[in-house]
Amino acid sequence: MSKNPPTFAKPKRPNSIATTNACKLCKPLGACLAFKGIEGAVPYLHGSQGCATYMRRYIISHYNEPIDIASSSLSEKHAVYGGGPNLKLGLTNVAAKYRPALIGIATTCLTETIGDDVAMYLRQYAEDTKGSVGLPTFVNVSTPSYSGTHMEGFHAAVREVVAQLSEGGPRGETVNLLPGFVSSSDFRLLHEILADFGLGYTLLPDLSETMDGPALLEYEKIQQGGTPLANIRAMGRARATVEFGPTLDSSITGGDVLKEKFGIPRHRIGMPIGIRETDVFFRLLEDLSGRPTPEKYAKQRGRLVDAYVDGHKYVFGKRAIVYGEEDLIVGLCSFLTEIGVTPVLCATGGTSGRLKEAVAAVTGDTLAEQPQVFEGMDFFEINEIAETLAPDLVVGHSKGYPLARKLHIPLIRVGFPIHDRVGGQRILHLGYAGAQQLFDTVTNAMIEKKQDDSPVGYFYM
Amino acid sequence: MEAVALKERENQIHVKGEAPFDIVCNKDSLAGAVSQRACVFCGSRVVLYPIADALHLVHGPIGCAVYTWDIRGALSSGPELHRLSFSTDLQERDVIFGGEKKLAAALRELIARHQPKAAFVYSTCIVGIIGDDLEAICKSVEGECGIPVIPVKSEGFKGNKRDGYQAACDALFRLIGTGDTSGISNYSLNILGDFNLAGEIWMIRDYYERMGIQVVANITGDGRVADIRRAHGAALNVVQCSGSTMHLANMMEEKYGIPSIRVSYFGIEDMAEALYDIARFFKDPDMLERTKKIVEEEVKKLATALEPYRKALAGKKAAIYVGGSFKAFSLVKAFRLIDMQVVMVGSQTGTKEDYLELEAITDPGTIIVDDSNPLELTTFLKEKEVDVFVGGVKERPIAYKLGIGFCDHNHERKEALAGFEGMLNFAQEVYSSVMSPVWQFVPRRKSAASPR
Repeated sequence: MSKNPPTFAKPKRPNSIATTNACKLCKPLGACLAFKGIEGAVPYLHGSQGCATYMRRYIISHYNEPIDIASSSLSEKHAVYGGGPNLKLGLTNVAAKYRPALIGIATTCLTETIGDDVAMYLRQYAEDTKGSVGLPTFVNVSTPSYSGTHMEGFHAAVREVVAQLSEGGPRGETVNLLPGFVSSSDFRLLHEILADFGLGYTLLPDLSETMDGPALLEYEKIQQGGTPLANIRAMGRARATVEFGPTLDSSITGGDVLKEKFGIPRHRIGMPIGIRETDVFFRLLEDLSGRPTPEKYAKQRGRLVDAYVDGHKYVFGKRAIVYGEEDLIVGLCSFLTEIGVTPVLCATGGTSGRLKEAVAAVTGDTLAEQPQVFEGMDFFEINEIAETLAPDLVVGHSKGYPLARKLHIPLIRVGFPIHDRVGGQRILHLGYAGAQQLFDTVTNAMIEKKQDDSPVGYFYM
Repeated sequence: MEAVALKERENQIHVKGEAPFDIVCNKDSLAGAVSQRACVFCGSRVVLYPIADALHLVHGPIGCAVYTWDIRGALSSGPELHRLSFSTDLQERDVIFGGEKKLAAALRELIARHQPKAAFVYSTCIVGIIGDDLEAICKSVEGECGIPVIPVKSEGFKGNKRDGYQAACDALFRLIGTGDTSGISNYSLNILGDFNLAGEIWMIRDYYERMGIQVVANITGDGRVADIRRAHGAALNVVQCSGSTMHLANMMEEKYGIPSIRVSYFGIEDMAEALYDIARFFKDPDMLERTKKIVEEEVKKLATALEPYRKALAGKKAAIYVGGSFKAFSLVKAFRLIDMQVVMVGSQTGTKEDYLELEAITDPGTIIVDDSNPLELTTFLKEKEVDVFVGGVKERPIAYKLGIGFCDHNHERKEALAGFEGMLNFAQEVYSSVMSPVWQFVPRRKSAASPR
């Protein structure tokens, strides 16, 4: 870097009517993933058959794991006369074949538009099946795909699970952790961290096993793992809730429900990505557990700082385009700025209205100039302004590959979906361990780019 | 033991040799059965998708468009507009007040930006409910922009995938007959129902050109609007994957008197048969000679190349679950060619006639199934001790979880499996999965056990 860093133009926000190559997914998909993280649960879409099949294909291509999503398979006559009978038939069939502990029902744009009242159908169903044994628990969530993204769907499902199942009572010793949509490896890491702090906890949802399971002899109708129902019920008696998500609407999350309904203190923090945001998380865990951070994590942090120092020159001043889910963007920006990378564009398909503020909150003390933060963006619009930003790297999921390819710069694959590599579910983002992986990945990508672009062909960098 | 299938689905499963053939099919998927099928929209999208110089605008909330963004291996030799995902991304206010204005504005914007040769506007579920008049909007934009703007009646819930094929054919039919047919040879044909996955239609076109036949339009692999508009000038429609485009061929026969031949390009036998059928149709002895030569050359090349695969794979067991049953016929024969045994075969959208044919060409004991689901499929795979399962992305984790090999034979694949070369690729694909040493570690192999 020169002493006087170059200045760049700040492009205006493009504004198309049509959406081209969306940078978001639809609401019911998020709900299905959240339900999939509950023990013994089958996600169920009240809609036409295609939604379930499309989402399964999309999710499978990331996880390479089975995911069965049942559907009401509504046809024309159901759309006219209401989908109630098919919903009930579908629930009976899923209950018979899967013997689930829970069926998580999410609506779709079709059933929302025809005005199906799923809660009422479920009351009728309970009436109809009175006295039957072995029926699952039902949770329903309204997820019209014409409002919000898959992340709103994910958080809405978590909220409804808590609102419909959690029970109060004498305050216990456990802590609730609602991390949002993170990778299976991230979920496993969170288990490890909470256990190492000696905390009793409920992690909701939990995709650590259900979407990254072992090879099997007998096919499991419902994959093992997930948050146990008994623990979810007990969430109303926890002594605190920790929720990741600085851009979440602070009146409609699971943590809010637990706070309003049962008076459980809620701690809203950012996704622990990078050192600073992980420090915040660990300090909170120290407070909640009354224990110091275990030696293991102090060492991890120490190695991470050492790695930051070793690699800092390769990444300093590099300019990044970061896109995807809003809370993930915030965490990534915190990480990128603390290693010396400058986020120049943050783009999301979401429209929380809070992304800009949240990014500023984690980068303000480091960055001289804030990145452009645009909500409601698609990849066509990102493409339109990308070149003028002179980026060195692109950070996000697989759908940004065409952009990175066009710009001849590396794509750092994070989040969901990873459709062009194996192991998307095993990308670690959180904690000191996640930051270590991210740092090595980003730094090596920068070194590789420099090496490949060099006419010399250095192999000693 | 628990029943394999839900009671309502028992008559959609048949075991050859066990009972008189009476399979039930082409009915709506059962609620709660986790069908592997998609919807009407999916059927339309599959058929029209590869038309590379058309604008494909999905009118609805974002899901339908985003889940079909560049997911197929349909290649283009020129423009690649089909690889972009366009949506009106309807929001709550559009659902309440109607999406017509937004649709018209989006169409104008996209047509001005990309200069397509035609635009297809796909209906999704809620368009049918909120009552947007697609026909009127398309007509008005067509008038303004001077390109065909065609509504596709693909509301997801209005039937199943087959109805989507039909809606796509109806849309294509509006395009056909609007182009100039001068200069088309008497020896000419349209290729229907090949989607140019991994460049397959280029191989097929090459065979036809070597035979001395002019290909007028690819419908729809590597498809071009201008070609499709003059497709009614061809002497013959050659229809593969009959489920998706047979309807179009029938309409073209009725209106333009163009006869059609049903073919399959998968496997040596069916590929050769397809070329001979076409040569016989044109009743030209020279062409028949040329065809014989092509088949001879290709088969000769193949026979030696296939031999090592056949040796290695002989006696291994295969299961097939694909979208259309016509492909299943060819796969049964293709497996037979490498001495593998097909023990289960099924499809999402087969007709009664299709299943009758399957029952005729399979061995006794083979399970034949319509519109199956993961639980049934896993039971069949285990029961039949299958070595390789052929299907699409949704079937892959089912096979892998159980430690069974897999061959992707769906629209997402990046390997050319059609034509003579395709047979070799197919054998290689199957071989590379079945013969992998990784299976020694999976629990279904006795040797797998634990680390000690």
